[in-house]
Amino acid sequence: MKTSTRNRLIAIAAVLVAGGALGFIAFGNIGKNLVYYWSPGEMLGKGERAYGTTIRLGGVVQRGSIQWDPQHTRLSFKVADGAGPGAASVLVSSTEVPPQMFREGIGVVVEGTYDRSGVFTSHRLMVNHSNEYRPPKPGEKPRDWDKTVTDSESTAARKP
Amino acid sequence: MNSTLGYSAVLGALACAIVGAVIGIGTGVARSDAGLPWVRRAVVGFFGFMLLANLIMVYALLTHDFSVHYVAHVGSRATPTVYTVVSLWSALEGSILFWGVILGTYLLAFALSQKDEHTRYMPLALGTMLAVGVFFAFLIAGPANPFGKVSPVPADGPGPNALLQNHILMVVHPPMLYLGYVGMTVPFGIAAAALLRGELGEAWTTTLRRWTLIPWTFLSVGIVLGSWWAYAVLGWGGYWAWDPVENASFLPWLTATAFIHSTMVHERRKVLKLWTLSLVLGTFILTILGTFMTRSGVFNSVHSFTQSDIGPTFLAFIGVLLVVCISLLATRGQLLVPEGAIRSPLSRETAILVNNLLFVGITFTVLLGTLFPLVTEAVRGVRVSVGEPYFNKMAVPGGVAVLFLMGVGPMLPWGTGSPRVVRQQLLIPTALAAATIVLCLAFGLRGAMPILTFGLAAFVVAITLRELLLPAKVRILEHKERPWTALVRSALKSRRRFGGYVVHLGIVMIFVAIAASSSFVTHTSGTVGIGKSLQIGGYNLKLVGFQNGAEPHRRWKAANLEMTTQGGRTELLAPRMNFFERSTDPIGTPAVRSTPAGDLYVTLLAFSDDERSATFNLWIFPMVGWIWGSIPILVFGALIAMWPGRRARAALASPLSVQDPTAMGKVNRGAA
Repeated sequence: MKTSTRNRLIAIAAVLVAGGALGFIAFGNIGKNLVYYWSPGEMLGKGERAYGTTIRLGGVVQRGSIQWDPQHTRLSFKVADGAGPGAASVLVSSTEVPPQMFREGIGVVVEGTYDRSGVFTSHRLMVNHSNEYRPPKPGEKPRDWDKTVTDSESTAARKP
Repeated sequence: MNSTLGYSAVLGALACAIVGAVIGIGTGVARSDAGLPWVRRAVVGFFGFMLLANLIMVYALLTHDFSVHYVAHVGSRATPTVYTVVSLWSALEGSILFWGVILGTYLLAFALSQKDEHTRYMPLALGTMLAVGVFFAFLIAGPANPFGKVSPVPADGPGPNALLQNHILMVVHPPMLYLGYVGMTVPFGIAAAALLRGELGEAWTTTLRRWTLIPWTFLSVGIVLGSWWAYAVLGWGGYWAWDPVENASFLPWLTATAFIHSTMVHERRKVLKLWTLSLVLGTFILTILGTFMTRSGVFNSVHSFTQSDIGPTFLAFIGVLLVVCISLLATRGQLLVPEGAIRSPLSRETAILVNNLLFVGITFTVLLGTLFPLVTEAVRGVRVSVGEPYFNKMAVPGGVAVLFLMGVGPMLPWGTGSPRVVRQQLLIPTALAAATIVLCLAFGLRGAMPILTFGLAAFVVAITLRELLLPAKVRILEHKERPWTALVRSALKSRRRFGGYVVHLGIVMIFVAIAASSSFVTHTSGTVGIGKSLQIGGYNLKLVGFQNGAEPHRRWKAANLEMTTQGGRTELLAPRMNFFERSTDPIGTPAVRSTPAGDLYVTLLAFSDDERSATFNLWIFPMVGWIWGSIPILVFGALIAMWPGRRARAALASPLSVQDPTAMGKVNRGAA
């Protein structure tokens, strides 16, 4: 075997090994860092398999479930599959201050983990507004936002 | 009227592109340059029609002609004029139309810059680029037609997406990215022509290099501006989130950067021809993939404003591209024979080779993480996303290794390095790196990765400055020149080298700023009543009141915070919440107090309806402004590197003036 051929083979083998190792590490890392999108019903259906993994839980804030602790630092509320009375729901505890739009009945996505205690600990709270930007529908009045801000009560900064 | 005219212009562009592509590739493959004049005319026609279509659209937007589908979709009488023009690229159809005119401009500029040169390659190169033009013109004429007629004509439209009219950066960031993205079509055409001809000459490589550097510069600026926009507008307190769309712009940047480096090895050693061309082809495919990810709505992202049906067309195009590129490489690749070899592991070429493998490795892992959710959803029907930790875990070590190579590479000579000399030259930079690390530890900084980054940054800066200044020092000593004259002259003598190192300094700046701002960030949030204060990192912020304002297209509410620094200086910060007329949710404008040492970043999260209290998110990001501060340095360096020098023009004119690369091995440390 010529030296150049041998060198080339060594180089190819080295690249293959490095590539394989990279692929192995990458896939392993992806597996560890997956975030699952589940609704409360789906998550509860997973049973113990839902414990510990990072989850994005999407649902509706159940009416009458929002509670602040006295210092106004810890928020808890229930996220339900839907607005109906029988919908599956999960108790969520969040240390993050919710955004202006947060209120009862609004769609939210909370990111965090679920464990044996049955409480979903959230470190990220996103209000799932209708982000789709669209022209107004017939009969829809502009400046509807006025109502959304003042009509319904915004719990976030109600009283410190 | 506007609809008909605009659509006709698009069809005209499509016709020009088809004719030019067929003639160019047809005659080019037959090894004739008889078709070249016609291909050139097709390029001019393509550009003209695309420009016309865009002007008609801008006119329709400015005159609020709501009978045009796109205007009815994004226009509004209440939008300020500047954002009305900007709305050309604020939604899918318009942005692809804008894409078309940029492509036309690039093609025209390329055709004009290569007047009588390279007639062997030109029909193929222009033909390939026009084939890309066919795809985009087809897209504009068919699935993403902005010129559709609306009936009955609405009285007013919704205006562009509120997020996009909230900051002036939106005016510059997308065009920069498009200039970067679309510009990669030119190197793609050049590389495809080289493969089709089965040869890659010296002068054609120079052309390829210059025409990659131009879009690379735009892409770099576009990415940095994009992170700045995310920081200044989105208000989530960050600038990079490994969002699929951010990745989409980052991936071609990685491969293009790898190309810029590997082409130097190709130039000096006449090896890595196929590899270098593969990087160019890969870069182009990644830009198309990126456009697909941005525009088809397959990802849930800040950027995917519209769901659309251009997805299948794009997927088909990506498929065609992959088949074409792989078969080109497979069938024509063996014609590009390496004429040299890499001899020593202790050499610049080895450092660049490792750099290339690193860049491709990072590209692979980022691509994997980006596409993984798509694949799992398609195959298993499970909705997942790949968390930021994955990207950070994979990219941070890669980035640190790249930083290390940025120091080692320029220090090693081409050819074969002598271990003794290398050791000697390592001495001072290593000492500086060690001193930096000790200083960081002494000041109480903790964390392996950031401190390693700071140390390596000192190492790279020391080496880069030495490489930049050494030729000037030689001139001062030998020619008795004044320092400034010596520096300018030495820079002019080797523009590419000088410019490249200036860019390196800018990149080091970004590295340091990212490490500092992500590792040593301080964050707090809280709700306060009027007259009460929040504290963060030595700042005291007292809520003093609210402020309301109205503009034609939006209303806003700001919370006035009286900020006091540790030194007792007082300033007013007013983070705002904007309510756009037809957007259902408010959009924040963070208040940022920037200093070179770091930014105080305040967002208004919520307020009580009686204006008695408000909730804020507060961050301190050390050194974050240095990321955008690097833009002038990057641009300056890139401009030096790509400015055509007299020598480069002479080399283009006579291909025989190429020097023997081995003879240059000894002198290139100083001058080349």
